[in-house]
Amino acid sequence: MTPLAVSIAGAIASFTLVLIVLELIRSRRLRERYALLWLVTGLTLTALSAWRDGLNTIAGWFGIRSYPPAVLFAVGILFILVVLLHYSTVISRLSDQNVVLAQRLALLEQELRVRDSG
Amino acid sequence: MPETAKAAVPAAPLAGLAELRRVAIVPALNEELTVSRVIDELRAFDPGLVVVVVDDGSVDRTSEVAAAKGAVVLRLPFNLGIGGAVQTGFRFAYEHGFDIAVRVDGDGQHDPAQLARVLEPVLSGEADIAVGSRFAAEEGGYRSSRPRRAGIRLLAWIVSRIVGQRVTDTTSGFQVLNRRGIALFARDYPHDYPEVEATVMVFRHRLRLVEVPVVMRERGGGRSSITALRSIYYMVKVLLAIFVGLFRRNVVPQEGRE
Repeated sequence: MTPLAVSIAGAIASFTLVLIVLELIRSRRLRERYALLWLVTGLTLTALSAWRDGLNTIAGWFGIRSYPPAVLFAVGILFILVVLLHYSTVISRLSDQNVVLAQRLALLEQELRVRDSG
Repeated sequence: MPETAKAAVPAAPLAGLAELRRVAIVPALNEELTVSRVIDELRAFDPGLVVVVVDDGSVDRTSEVAAAKGAVVLRLPFNLGIGGAVQTGFRFAYEHGFDIAVRVDGDGQHDPAQLARVLEPVLSGEADIAVGSRFAAEEGGYRSSRPRRAGIRLLAWIVSRIVGQRVTDTTSGFQVLNRRGIALFARDYPHDYPEVEATVMVFRHRLRLVEVPVVMRERGGGRSSITALRSIYYMVKVLLAIFVGLFRRNVVPQEGRE
């Protein structure tokens, strides 16, 4: 069985994450589209921490008998991987767009120079 | 130009239109088949209208077709999504001092012939923003998939509760704005699918919004930007944005200007 202290600490920490994400959206430092994954992460971890029987059951499915909170680690790591992968795609898109912007700027500058001298 | 404009403006309800500087904002993504008809229809409705086509990273000839028609073309270097594209138009309208902005989609689903009705509340000073609604009247004419209609209705219900005024169509891009509306949207406009959040924003800034019943046409070409899976993401994202937005004191970040 999961130690009560672990459940309480896990639930508080995960729920704090949810609150921080909501505050970041409110103060416009985080866009909703990038916040969604973090919210799902926070809410899932909060639920798994608080719902102790559920955590035990899920641990049982994976044959984890000695220490059910290992499921929390596994789920947490999984979400972190997903968030990181998501960010990699975002960064890729941003750098593609940056290339396009730089190219457009170079063409514009050249056109301006031609107009100024002509 | 004022002469031709006056001649074409339908007389009674739209008095005063010819004295105003007015712009049509037409967001278009791969609409080479329809954009030229939209421009023609806008000019037929009001020759004094400056038509601005915002090409949101099209890979077809949308920009060329629009430019050939004499429209002002703002070509975005890559796809910004409808929110970013439309805001480009609002920024243009704001910086060039337009009094009235009309927003009509480039796919032809908004019929410029119905613009007179949508313009009326803004011209009479009754509203800062007038929205053409598919559901404000019972005449129907709008066909769409059942889940999509349900989604639109659900959003409309939630928004109505929040703003304290009955709003039937929060996803309509068929809009007319006065200078105050243009200024607000030029400064701040939501991303992705913006209309729902924008509606709430309008009320929080104490601008007056009026819905006008319109009948929308079938899309002329291209394809809808909203697919099944995306609409779920869209719903969740929009609801999150609305509810978190309610806790903002300064809805719009104050930047220099104004």
